[in-house]
Amino acid sequence: MINVQEQKVLLEVQNLKQYFPVKREKLLQPKLSVKAVDDISFTLREGETLSIVGESGCGKSTTGRAILRLDEPTAGKVVYNGKNILELSKKDLRTLRGDLQVIFQDPFASLNPRQTIQQILSEAMSIQNSVQKELRKDRMRELMHLVGLPEEALSRHPHEFSGGQRQRIGIARALAVNPKLIICDEAVSALDVSIQAQILNLLKRLQRQLNLTFLFISHDLSVVRHISDRVMVMYLGKVVEIAPKHALFDQPTHPYTRALLSSIPVPNPKVQTERILLSGDVPSPINPPSGCRFHTRCPFATELCSSKEPETVEVQNGHYVACHYANDFFSA
Amino acid sequence: MSKEVILEVKNLQTHFTTKRGTSKAVDGIDFTLHKGETLGIVGESGCGKSITSLSILRLIPSPPGKIAGGEVLFKGRNLVELPESEMRKLRGNEISMIFQEPMTSLNPVLPVGEQIAEAIRLHQKLNKKEAAKKAVEMLRLVGIPSPEKRAKQEPFQLSGGMRQRVMIAMALSCNPEVLIADEPTTALDVTIQAQILRLMKELQERLGMGVILITHDLGVVAETCDKVAVMYAGNIVEHATTETLFETPLHPYTQGLLASLPKIDEDQEELYTIEGNVPSAFNMPSGCRFASRCPLATNLCREYKPELIEHESGSKVRCWVYSNKWQEQEVVV
Amino acid sequence: MIWFIIKRLMQTVPVIIGVTIVVFVIMQLVPGDPAVLLAGEGATKETIEALREQLGLHQPLYVQYFDYVSNLLRGDMGFSLKNNQPVLQEIMTRLPITLELAIFSTLITIVLGMLAGIISAIRPYSILDTVVMVVALLGISLPSFWFGLMLMYSFSVKLHIFPVAGWDSMLHVVLPAFTLGAGGAAIVARMTRSSMLEVIRQDYIRTARAKGVKERVIIYKHALRNALIPVITVVGLQFGALLGGTVLVESIFAINGLGRMIVDAIRMRDLPVVQGGVLVASLVFVVVNLIVDILYRLFNKRIELN
Repeated sequence: MINVQEQKVLLEVQNLKQYFPVKREKLLQPKLSVKAVDDISFTLREGETLSIVGESGCGKSTTGRAILRLDEPTAGKVVYNGKNILELSKKDLRTLRGDLQVIFQDPFASLNPRQTIQQILSEAMSIQNSVQKELRKDRMRELMHLVGLPEEALSRHPHEFSGGQRQRIGIARALAVNPKLIICDEAVSALDVSIQAQILNLLKRLQRQLNLTFLFISHDLSVVRHISDRVMVMYLGKVVEIAPKHALFDQPTHPYTRALLSSIPVPNPKVQTERILLSGDVPSPINPPSGCRFHTRCPFATELCSSKEPETVEVQNGHYVACHYANDFFSA
Repeated sequence: MSKEVILEVKNLQTHFTTKRGTSKAVDGIDFTLHKGETLGIVGESGCGKSITSLSILRLIPSPPGKIAGGEVLFKGRNLVELPESEMRKLRGNEISMIFQEPMTSLNPVLPVGEQIAEAIRLHQKLNKKEAAKKAVEMLRLVGIPSPEKRAKQEPFQLSGGMRQRVMIAMALSCNPEVLIADEPTTALDVTIQAQILRLMKELQERLGMGVILITHDLGVVAETCDKVAVMYAGNIVEHATTETLFETPLHPYTQGLLASLPKIDEDQEELYTIEGNVPSAFNMPSGCRFASRCPLATNLCREYKPELIEHESGSKVRCWVYSNKWQEQEVVV
Repeated sequence: MIWFIIKRLMQTVPVIIGVTIVVFVIMQLVPGDPAVLLAGEGATKETIEALREQLGLHQPLYVQYFDYVSNLLRGDMGFSLKNNQPVLQEIMTRLPITLELAIFSTLITIVLGMLAGIISAIRPYSILDTVVMVVALLGISLPSFWFGLMLMYSFSVKLHIFPVAGWDSMLHVVLPAFTLGAGGAAIVARMTRSSMLEVIRQDYIRTARAKGVKERVIIYKHALRNALIPVITVVGLQFGALLGGTVLVESIFAINGLGRMIVDAIRMRDLPVVQGGVLVASLVFVVVNLIVDILYRLFNKRIELN
């Protein structure tokens, strides 16, 4: 594992907000918005894997999309190479997309079924002009080798591949333009365990070989624990905890993180987990709870929690928690 | 186990006939379920676990599907041969089922209370009003707050977790003896999954039904099941008590599956992987179906299909390694 | 729901204004001077000039349009050039006949179409399904003027079951309504079938089966309501097409409806009647669309959320 703190900052997200307007149902209803991502900040260092975890609707995927400007964020800054991505012109943004790539959960949906793998890869290269025309053939063979597919795969169509192989193609396409950062949005979630293991190993190997940085978005905490250097936990559009992997899994501090970790079924019948069972469902992001957004489900909530939004506290080197009682929970 | 057997599946075979040929999605599986017990059926997509569950209640879409052989014995009756009208009396009454997708498994245009009441009225001698009242009671039983109000709502007004509670309420409304749960928590978030699993456990203890839990999640199995059947390519390859299975997995596939899981409490540099892919359902090898991916496979495995045999640990396993033939073969080599 | 209806009603206002503009402009584009037509052959230049003055044809177009609309609001659609009767009066006697025809045709479209669709969907790819769908295909392909004549020939001329033409009793309604509704019924049948087949594959149908619900109840209670949602839209669109179809059918069966009135007026170059007829037909279409939207909403409450 790399020592994260010594690496240079590759990407910095500052006060990022992404609101989506809600269609008004009633005539005189005030204008509402879904606060999908509500004022989050974090940094990503070169060569590391930062994971974003949380349950559906917490804003983890929206964060990834906002960084790439697949949706136009409402406010905030995303600084990459000294430039704010959110202020780039269309042309500069296109150039930049060569550095920042994304792999989705369902690669099949993003692969044109009529194109062969060769066409898909060559299209990606020509958009970014990342590889000279004469060299593209060689580069494609190299890519196939990198992601563990036979060279013959180049002349075939996406539907001829299994789920795991398609994800390898998705990875090859992302790598075609020599990216620095890859955002993996639930990239292994749809795969069976045995295939998932193959893809996770592949991602790790590629990271070492090509010095890639990953922003790994997932709901599966076991996978996150395996692949990450640092982990960021989100709840209802906010970051509740961010820490190096071991700190987070060994000393989860925010009550939500604790509940989340304790909810995972462990594949070992002898382990009896002390489960913190949360009551109810996640509240609506249109009208999130006042104060700490987790207070409606938090077993430790006090009056303070419902009235005042907690500051983010650094409980230990690099371990940040957004909870009024962070220090109490940390030592506890 | 001394408890009473309530469901016995013998050599069940379900085939699908399409233009590409016949696929033996479920190819001769056996298991028994006792009262109050939870049996897990695990495996990866396409292994036949869901088809098995649908076959028990004869809910396979036909054509193209067909139960091609075997028996499903429930209280002395073979469900495979039961007339459709008798089968209907059983469904949702003595054997009921919950499905993976709570989003799409409820009728979008009917109030949820009405959907529960429908099952009650079908199988119990209650009038409309009494059934509606019972439906509200069921909603309360599964922990839905203000059930009177919720009963009148339509599925889109409920969250995913609540919809799955509604499905459970519906399935349990007639006190079934067997509940088949097909990936009941796969579509849910972990904290909601924890709620639903806890609820199912509580209700099972209270109502004493046998549960068949179909899942791909070994964590869920470890936590909820008494015994497990591992399926691969239409066969059961290992059948054991949960404890034994996780402690001493026998089949190379089971071992691989467990080893390829990322661990929540342990650092691993590289994950174990099972190389290759599941053979095509239309073109099954004549030998062991796992042979092409198995690190231990020999010619014996590639040529002859192993039977499910009893191992000294009490588990059953479909693998030549644990048979006498394996030793003889070593000698020949 | 009330808000939705109000909102939807308000949306029809610009549509109606648009319709009046289109109708007005089209009439301006028709070759020939209305004053010349009105004055008749052999009229002097002075007479024509005086008529122009009287009709306000010297005014700029927007003033003419404004006059036209304000007259409309007072229920004044001008007078027929043929018989000097008020156009509105003429329309009012004709409209109910056409509406009656259209409504009966729509009923035939709905009842026949859905029934055929459901029968087909219950046993897809069976012989019955194939027969129903072939008949439906014929229904779409047959031109209504030929189909109408054939019906008239078989049932009126040969079998004497229904009257040949006219519009006096309920018996008179049957053949024209069937002629007009058959094409729509065929479309609705195909639509209902494919929609039903789609719905029957849904997870909630499997849930209903797992509850032990009878196949018949599954079809009528669980599948049909969901399957009908797209069908409603088709029926609404069909009603619009139907209004156009009345022109032909009214001519074949000699029915004094709105469609025939418009055709006759066009032939006689009776512009005020054409103008009024087209406007009223358009308004009927707008109203029907409104009703369809509201029904659609009632059937499919989930739209509210998205």
